[in-house]
Amino acid sequence: MKFLDEYRDGELAQQFAREIHRITTKPWNIMEICGGQTHAIVKFGIDELLPKKITLIHGPGCPVCVTPLEMIDKALEIAARPNVIFASFGDMLRVPGSTTDLLSVKASGGDVRIVYSPLDAVKLAEQNPAKEIVFFGVGFETTAPATALAIYQAAQKKLRNFSMLISHVLVPPAMEALLSSPNCRVQGFLAAGHVCAVMGYEEYFSIAKKYRVPIVVTGFEPLDILQGVLMTVQQLESGRAEVENQYSRAVRREGNQPAQDLIQEVFRVVPRKWRGVGEIPQSGLGLGDKYAEFDAEKKFGVAHHHVEESADCQSGLVLQGQIKPHECPAFGAKCTPEHPLGATMVSSEGACAAYYRYRRMPDLIGAK
Amino acid sequence: MCLAIPGKIVSVSGNDPLERMGKIDFGGILKEASLAYVPDARVGDYVIVHVGFALSKVDEAEAQKVFDYLKRMGELGELEERRT
Ligand code: SF4
Repeated sequence: MKFLDEYRDGELAQQFAREIHRITTKPWNIMEICGGQTHAIVKFGIDELLPKKITLIHGPGCPVCVTPLEMIDKALEIAARPNVIFASFGDMLRVPGSTTDLLSVKASGGDVRIVYSPLDAVKLAEQNPAKEIVFFGVGFETTAPATALAIYQAAQKKLRNFSMLISHVLVPPAMEALLSSPNCRVQGFLAAGHVCAVMGYEEYFSIAKKYRVPIVVTGFEPLDILQGVLMTVQQLESGRAEVENQYSRAVRREGNQPAQDLIQEVFRVVPRKWRGVGEIPQSGLGLGDKYAEFDAEKKFGVAHHHVEESADCQSGLVLQGQIKPHECPAFGAKCTPEHPLGATMVSSEGACAAYYRYRRMPDLIGAK
Repeated sequence: MCLAIPGKIVSVSGNDPLERMGKIDFGGILKEASLAYVPDARVGDYVIVHVGFALSKVDEAEAQKVFDYLKRMGELGELEERRT
């Protein structure tokens, strides 16, 4: 496929890898933010091409993984109600809540449906006027334009039977939260290309300056990731801390203006809990006052539901890059993709699932 | 779920900017996507699509840069080798 396959060329990947080996003199910890990049790194074995001195830390960049437990519980509660059609992206279905998951709610009679796009949920609302349609709006800035347009359309069409359970999260505040933690080991970032395609990368300049970290906006194919690592190492080795854009074929500095306009129209910035990390100020999107009637938490009276997370799962440490998935005692034993304990094992973009899927052998993992 | 992949616009429908939809070809698989956020995208353009929305146009000239970079890197490497 054009703009895809050519970025997976093994020979060219080796060229990048050789150059990274050539210039690396010191150990560096680089975090890729996005779960899509984690997936590609483990799938294509990109970390194995890198010098031993470079450690890739898998960041919190998977919306499925960071959706807080209490939000899953709210989804389960709403989905189990009669007269509700609960629509969600497929990967949320197996995320464990406190006691069960959406798939089990579906199996015991709840009307849970997988949709590809939030607009499909709007269609469901039009087609089923006697039912309440609730969409589970999770995701980063990448997904927010889609949910924003769904809400906007529902408002235009005056759909009274449509609402959204929203758990949108924002990347730059999470980066700042990580960087200001005393345990932070991150020295450079690969910023998530598709988040930046929407938001641009203006926001990163102050972060790079304040914390003296290089930030390289990076794409998702092997050559993109390798070039992103190379550009980050070049900065680290020469003592620079700048914002650079590796993914210029899809990302402009100012991002996507029409998308940002609609996000602003529909949403406002709110504090948000991240699973495994805790609450981060100004790190989420919630509905603006004008669209409050589409807020499923209010509509179904689940806004005040709070729960604590299980102590067994160490996904918080994984998400913060403090341990690798296989260092969790439950990894591959008590916790597998079939029976996940934590969200990082559920989603194919979660670090635990990526490790499990592509490197099942503990020896192999140990070797790295 | 954050997956977003490039595809080629093969047809466009709808006039209202927020209602514009496109048929996108992903290596032979056709899917509908909203073009609300890429108002200047036309048939034949490549766009990055995520959960049914085109998020940005792929810039063909910029797309070449990764390979130009590699080429330059190779040439520099050869120069250095010759010097040593
Ligand atoms: S292996 Fe399972 S239990 Fe351990 S951190 Fe990952 S998701 Fe949590």
